[in-house]
Amino acid sequence: MSLELPHITAPDDEAETAGNSPGGRRRGDIARARLVGILLPIVVFSFAIGLWEFIVRVNGIEPFILPAPSVVIATLIKDWSTLSLSLLVTLRTMAIALLLATFGGVIIAVIFAQSRLIERSLYPFAVILQVTPIVAIAPLLLVYLNSGTAILVCAFIVAFFPILSNTTLGLASTDPNLRNLFKLYGAGRWRELVLLRAPSALPYFLGGLRIAGGLALIGAVVAEIAAGSAGHGSGLAYRIVESGYRLNIPRMFAALLLISLTGILVYALLALVSHLLLRRWHESALDRGG
Amino acid sequence: MSASALPLTRSALPARDAASRDSGMAVGAGAPLVTLTGVSKEFQNGVTALARLDLCVRAGDFLSLLGPSGCGKSTALRLIAGLEPATSGRIEWATGGATARPSIGFVFQDPTLMPWASVESNVFLPLRLAGWSFRDALPRIEEALSLVGLPDFKKAMPRELSGGMKMRVSIARALVTRPSLLLMDEPFAALDEITRFKLNDDLMRLKQEMGCTVIFVTHSIYESAYLSTRIAVMAVRPGRVIAEIGIDAALPREEHFRRESAYLDACAKASDALHGAMDTKDHL
Repeated sequence: MSLELPHITAPDDEAETAGNSPGGRRRGDIARARLVGILLPIVVFSFAIGLWEFIVRVNGIEPFILPAPSVVIATLIKDWSTLSLSLLVTLRTMAIALLLATFGGVIIAVIFAQSRLIERSLYPFAVILQVTPIVAIAPLLLVYLNSGTAILVCAFIVAFFPILSNTTLGLASTDPNLRNLFKLYGAGRWRELVLLRAPSALPYFLGGLRIAGGLALIGAVVAEIAAGSAGHGSGLAYRIVESGYRLNIPRMFAALLLISLTGILVYALLALVSHLLLRRWHESALDRGG
Repeated sequence: MSASALPLTRSALPARDAASRDSGMAVGAGAPLVTLTGVSKEFQNGVTALARLDLCVRAGDFLSLLGPSGCGKSTALRLIAGLEPATSGRIEWATGGATARPSIGFVFQDPTLMPWASVESNVFLPLRLAGWSFRDALPRIEEALSLVGLPDFKKAMPRELSGGMKMRVSIARALVTRPSLLLMDEPFAALDEITRFKLNDDLMRLKQEMGCTVIFVTHSIYESAYLSTRIAVMAVRPGRVIAEIGIDAALPREEHFRRESAYLDACAKASDALHGAMDTKDHL
């Protein structure tokens, strides 16, 4: 039972879907622009590092005042056995905190989505935890908990809020007509949540997750520093504090470098996950071509 | 071919009576499918969208609800679909009672597709919610997509489609359950005129093919006169039916129908009814 509609696709329909094919010259320009876009930041960054090295060498600045990048790298290699263990400790704290924040944030956002009343009554707690600086909460937590747990809780607290607030927003931002459609076809709450609200909220959640990844690291580092002198912490931030006491400035830089790299890696990883999940449909992740 | 119009005021003669008188005129009009009696809808903010609406939709009708914005035509559609409860009045289905609705397809003004799902997943949705497996549903999905002329776009994502194609997917989704009643809320209002004409023609063919009843909300006199077997003209403040116009010409119609007297008469009568309503005191 099919209609005889020989040219049912309107001409404009076809024109809009058929991808435009730019000429070879234009394509070459685009490739060149892309290459420049990648190379330029690398060149500028290398130049800055080179300048740093140059200034330190020319002026003969002592390593305990400002180590040259080469010295930092050398220290990183020399102290790798200590630093790598500390890196693992910080990474572990961050990963567990992020995992807990993700599960906790999503579950509570789903509960919030069920009832405005629950959301209203519980949201103030989340806001209080968010607006109170973590560095001020950390000493208190260190009184109540052992330092490992306290550090974990600090990282969790800061990572939790962006996931909760973004997911809550996402779950509430479903197309009302799609909700009508689900109602019309008799879908229950659960199916609406799984088939409609969850995918609608996904871009919001992933945005929150990207922020939370960075914040979990910050939370872990801040708490490690707060615990530093008191606890038997051995994370990267503890190494920084310790090296500061010993005036081992190259090692401070090496630990700092590792923290930076960890942050970049986490961000890149979460951005990649976000891109892979959204690239087929969401405006934020569509290939813009060129 | 002739068009008949019965402009009336609510106090003078209920629209339902007019509809029953009119039944002989409308092509394909059968037994009442749904009857709205004295249906009112007042929103929580105090706005009265509908005041004692009387309307009888007959099986096989292509009924247009025509009126200016704010006359409650979309609200009437939503009440019929059961998306909202009426404040007062009765909505009775031929199948019995207020809840025994036949299978309904709904097409919104926007295509309202799930952007994360492919065309076939979007069309699958009503069957999925009815508990079908994808494998069982696939022939139905393919059938619905062929009906709207998009058999080769199963795997496409909504963003890859033009506005007209998205609307076709939306119609396919409404048709996939083989509904006996198709509700359309200004489905083509956002499309350009050429695409709109094309979809109008396709819609009439689809309706005949599927043998379903259609209630079509529009604010275009020409669109309603071209498509419908019956036009219910509505007025604002409060929303109500002020005239019913039967158009006695078989569906599907073709472009030359726009030059025939039945079409021109219907346009004139609908226009008169709308202008008449604008002169009354309750229109701002």
